Amino acid sequence: MDYVAPNSAQEVSQALSKEGAFALAGGTDLLVKLKTRMSVPQTVVDIKNVPRIRSIEKTGDSWWIGAATPCAEISEHADFAKDWPGVVEALSLIGSTQIQGRASLGGNLCNASPAADSVPALIAARTTCVISGESGEREVPVESIVQSPGKTSLKQGEFIVGFRLPLSANKSGDAYLRLIPRTEMDIAVVGAGVALSLDTSGKIAAIRIALGAVAPTQVVLSGLEDLCVGKEPNNDLIEKLVAIAEDACKPIDDKRGTVEYRKTIAGVLTKRAFSIALDRAKN
Amino acid sequence: MAKKHVSTTINGDEHEFLCHPQQTLLDVLRDELDLTGSKEGCATGDCGACSVLLDGRLVCSCLVLGVEAQDKNVETIEGMSSGSDLHPLQKKFIDLAALQCGICTPGVLVAAKALLARNANPSEEEVRFWLAGNLCRCTGYDKIVRAVMEVAAEARNTQ
Repeated sequence: MDYVAPNSAQEVSQALSKEGAFALAGGTDLLVKLKTRMSVPQTVVDIKNVPRIRSIEKTGDSWWIGAATPCAEISEHADFAKDWPGVVEALSLIGSTQIQGRASLGGNLCNASPAADSVPALIAARTTCVISGESGEREVPVESIVQSPGKTSLKQGEFIVGFRLPLSANKSGDAYLRLIPRTEMDIAVVGAGVALSLDTSGKIAAIRIALGAVAPTQVVLSGLEDLCVGKEPNNDLIEKLVAIAEDACKPIDDKRGTVEYRKTIAGVLTKRAFSIALDRAKN
Repeated sequence: MAKKHVSTTINGDEHEFLCHPQQTLLDVLRDELDLTGSKEGCATGDCGACSVLLDGRLVCSCLVLGVEAQDKNVETIEGMSSGSDLHPLQKKFIDLAALQCGICTPGVLVAAKALLARNANPSEEEVRFWLAGNLCRCTGYDKIVRAVMEVAAEARNTQ
């Protein structure tokens, strides 16, 4: 195995376009795969020297979070945490203090686990990712990346440089909740991310909900704009959201939860995350 | 594959070493530099016995490649005492018998020091949460948590 750590996005793309090349960000998934020989790279391409890939910046109308920025640095960024508390609570759930010091949003997304905690929250927040490749950059929504467990839509030579989130609007809030069998450090049985904003009269102006660990990829709930925009966020509406969440799940049965259990929990977490996001939007 | 040449700073001293790209920082510390204080427990980032600071950030050295240490600042358990003067955390762990077999202890101490550097007055919950990535399979956690809380309290009283 060889190791390279180029200083430009172009050189990283060239290195990644070769057969058997793997991108290294925080390494908290990749090094475990090397150890267990689930991955046997010919070359590990360390992407952390690419400009802006380890940065958090407020630029004009959006936030930039570099794809290899450690989660600990993101949650310590007070302004960002104030704008997107749900995204921060989601990424803070990834592993221990030690893991937080290395793990990144780019890695969590490209590892392509259906249970990745940061991904539903990023999708709810309408996050896009900037992808660099040999032919330049393209920007796509986060939900277009994961294709199936362990598989992404990135082409050979492409990697994610960073994420763009809108600045949080007035009267908006987001939240992420997950259920695990223990109290900390486990893989989500179900995760639910909600982001919403209210108009001046307290009715819903925009809403987005994404679920994790209930299907081969993250699930974005559909039909929410028609159902919710212009409506009071009352119990009747919440019960409709719960039904949509339950119906959208296509989970597996495994030791951490049955299909029925996961569907029910998806509804419960959607309801609770909605309430938290709503409280945040009001304050 | 040829070995890579790496220049880094470990516990304030400049070091140069050669390592294979697949060797972890933990492998390099223990096998190339004879710094065997950091321990290998799980080798998959679950147990925290290999905890070190990398540019001031607490990480598992088993999940860092040795080559990634280029131009970085690494702090290990070997840098914790000043010569034979133990760090207050080390003394307190002995006084309160907050260790038994000792395999987890270097990682716990490095992690606890990192906590107290950023939070001089942690609650018990904060100590337990911060140290949740450091597994101890013999003494248990109560004495470890008590030792960290006492060191924090004593440091505040002497300021």
